[in-house]
Amino acid sequence: MSMKEIASWALDVANLRGASYADVRIVDERGRSLATKNGKVGSASDGESLGAGVRVVAEGAWGFAATDDLKRESLEATAAKAVAIAKASARVKQYDVRLAPEKAVTDDWATPCRIDPFSLSVEDHLALLLKVDSELRAVKGVTLAETGLSFRRYEQWFYSSEGSDIHQTKYITGAGYAAYSFAGTEISKRSYPNSFGGQYQNKGYELIDELKLVENARRIGEEAVALHQAPQCPEGKFTIVLDSSQLGLQIHESVGHPIELDRVLGMEANFAGTSFLTLDKLRTLRYGSDLVNVVADATPAHGPGLGTFAYDDEGVASQCTPIISSGLFTGYLSSRETAHSIGEQRSGATMRAEGWNRIPLIRMTNISILPGEKPLSFEQLLASTEDGIYMQTNRSWSIDDKRYQFQFGCEVGWEIKGGKLGRMLKNPSYSGITTEFWNSMDAICSRDEWTLWGTPNCGKGQPMQTMGTGHGASPARFRNVQVGSAYKGT
Amino acid sequence: MLTADQARELFQRVLKHSHADETEAIVAGGAHALTRFANNTIHQNVSEESAALSVRVVVGGRTARASTNKLDEESIRRTVAAAEALAKVQAPDADLLPMAAAAEAGASSEGAPSRYFEATAAITPEDRALAVRSIVDVASKNKLTAAGIYSTSSAVEAILNSSGLAQFHPQTSSEISITMLGGDSSGWQKANSPDARNLDSAALAETAARKARDSAAPRELPPGKYTVILEPAAVLDLVGFMFWDFGGQALLDQRSFLNDRVGKKIFGENITIWDDVAHPLQSGAPFDGEGVRRQRLKLVENGVVKRLVYARGTAAKMKKSEMATKLGEVAATGHGFPLPNEMGEAPMNVVFEGGPAASRQTVEQMVASTERGVLVTRLWYIREVDPYEKILTGMTRDGTFDIEGGKLRHGIRNFRFNQSLLHMLSNVEAMGEPVRASGEESFDMVVPAMKVKDFNFTEVTKF
Repeated sequence: MSMKEIASWALDVANLRGASYADVRIVDERGRSLATKNGKVGSASDGESLGAGVRVVAEGAWGFAATDDLKRESLEATAAKAVAIAKASARVKQYDVRLAPEKAVTDDWATPCRIDPFSLSVEDHLALLLKVDSELRAVKGVTLAETGLSFRRYEQWFYSSEGSDIHQTKYITGAGYAAYSFAGTEISKRSYPNSFGGQYQNKGYELIDELKLVENARRIGEEAVALHQAPQCPEGKFTIVLDSSQLGLQIHESVGHPIELDRVLGMEANFAGTSFLTLDKLRTLRYGSDLVNVVADATPAHGPGLGTFAYDDEGVASQCTPIISSGLFTGYLSSRETAHSIGEQRSGATMRAEGWNRIPLIRMTNISILPGEKPLSFEQLLASTEDGIYMQTNRSWSIDDKRYQFQFGCEVGWEIKGGKLGRMLKNPSYSGITTEFWNSMDAICSRDEWTLWGTPNCGKGQPMQTMGTGHGASPARFRNVQVGSAYKGT
Repeated sequence: MLTADQARELFQRVLKHSHADETEAIVAGGAHALTRFANNTIHQNVSEESAALSVRVVVGGRTARASTNKLDEESIRRTVAAAEALAKVQAPDADLLPMAAAAEAGASSEGAPSRYFEATAAITPEDRALAVRSIVDVASKNKLTAAGIYSTSSAVEAILNSSGLAQFHPQTSSEISITMLGGDSSGWQKANSPDARNLDSAALAETAARKARDSAAPRELPPGKYTVILEPAAVLDLVGFMFWDFGGQALLDQRSFLNDRVGKKIFGENITIWDDVAHPLQSGAPFDGEGVRRQRLKLVENGVVKRLVYARGTAAKMKKSEMATKLGEVAATGHGFPLPNEMGEAPMNVVFEGGPAASRQTVEQMVASTERGVLVTRLWYIREVDPYEKILTGMTRDGTFDIEGGKLRHGIRNFRFNQSLLHMLSNVEAMGEPVRASGEESFDMVVPAMKVKDFNFTEVTKF
């Protein structure tokens, strides 16, 4: 039985029951997660999930139903339920759903994947993690070492009542580790290559080879222990330099979320919040300094980010949308339903669902700050900074529900004195107002320092959906930033 | 919906394919529906039916897990084989215990009330739409716009193993969350219960609307230390961050703020906390991730941390640890997560005592006794700044008010806080009646409103 035939059972019933639009996504996914802790395997698990979600518009309102039973009677009942739910939705509405037009497309696309991670030896994977673990714990004072590898294969078939037929396969690979040190009244932590699980990309096992996990482990362990002896990061206004992973998260929170058009239009008001980027600010707000150029780029040409795909989950081809252009706010993330609210004739192709049992929502694709056009290495950036603080690797992150006021903590800071890195500082943090912060950026490193980071755990929606997003960034410098408020008064 | 007999039958099919020394299956399934509204319109409305099987095996002192929602014979065979393959490539783990036997696990129904209500399971999309209509009517009457959810679900969870353990828990759930939006203000309310008849959509909407109305035209107060009155949802979302540290494994890993603090007075005299799955306002299965019955425990008594919770394996490891003599009773308590995992265990059915009944105050009484302070409806985006001093940061949201001379004066712009939980729970001046509270940052628990002195607001936002 082909997936197309299975989907047709649902589409036919949706049509018969009165849906003006319907789509079916069938998803078959597989995952593997391996972790170690203090020299032992912490967990080893495989998982797979198959199911179908039916999304319809009937009587001008949305309905959605999902099932993990792909037999004909189940698909037909699920489609009928989706239509019934849509008709219930229609009892409380102020407007009819209106979808931006989209041509039907038939296509097949897959993530470039050089090495299928599921084809390799689990024993070798565990040996790699245990080698990293032993390097971390070889450092006296490391009290906890955690490592992890994860692989996911996500295959989706999309069919719509408008005739689209799209098959996409994605591979997602991730790895990382952390060293903790407990001493006195402090728990210090250092992570590599990023915190909260490490680095993730739409790639095969080749990513793991690129990360140089073992080579960096000893340094990370040593830094975790050294933090106990480091002075506290001072409080006050400072010039700060952020590493590319922290800048990636800064983009995620203070650019990526506020440009989601569903938030702007109040659709997320109860949970994720709204946005300070009201519609009047499009092409009028000076979001950042002239050096700030941000794009929402889901096209494969942008790189193997977690927000890379050929088509979104409404069947719209991926696009690159300028979000901030030389500091000016120029674009939102949109969908077929919301595009008209900003005068667009077509969706920006940002709708994605966590799996077969969730509806697509507007999600960040790869929201990346473009590297500086003038050659500027990290060393040159430091050399041009007389006095400041360099912060690496996120430790805590928080921002208000309109995405204005934020506070970030990092795992480690370093004094910058006379153009060079000086003493290590513990507990660095910085805070500010989104637009004031981006307008204070006066330098960003060029392409050689640019990394496309993956955030695998972005939460949004009710029921909650977790989604991977991509964020390319180079180290950058910001002037006159509030530092140290996280520990003020505590 | 999956029945106990169907779960047993599924487990027999698993056993047929298993070559492992020991085999465990977790079977979960159910139906979940959620109606979501914004701008006074139902804009998302979803429903899902599913069932999933998760198999853990033990082979030569090594364990691993594999899961699937494909329940045909070949998929079950492949899932069992995948778990066995993952186990076999590991080194034997000397700390791995045999699976829990039926006698060790106890009877799952012991002391726990039924949490399955047909009336909740039978709720239809039309029923939810009617409730949303009542909420939108309140919004319209107040010239506000409403956003929120009404969800209902029925689910079953079963754990069975080759040592004869078989636990089964059916449950229904229902939840309403409402945000009322004005031009420059907002108000919020949320409630949930296994029995949807306990939810009053219109009453919740009226309270959220009042908060939105009363906080209009917010003024800015300077950051600093204030006496705050935290409504139960705000208390919940803050204190929820510390309970992950109450597991024995967190202490063995030296990642808990309770390392070197068990048995010491770290909170105020008025703080006493239980973990009690059978409490009438609690929810969830009466057994843990290994099928072991959850025990009722007094975690904190008059500010002193008395007990930690333990999975079976963690308790065995802790008994061999140098820490064991400093931690009070060390024994399996029925709080473990499904194996294998790195976290160990945590109390998930937290109940704050709230002090003697005669001393309890309503939020209104707390306001009346406050010369200068801030009333907080809800907190948002809370994250841990310092893991040992338990400093948390986050924002106020959806109804923050200035209190002067014992009265609510006006809405204020939202604050950022950086606050140590150790200090906060040492500065509680008054508490209310503990209620079942639900927020967005923590699991649900039974907590009172609290009046706290010297709460540390460090910055203010623009709305």
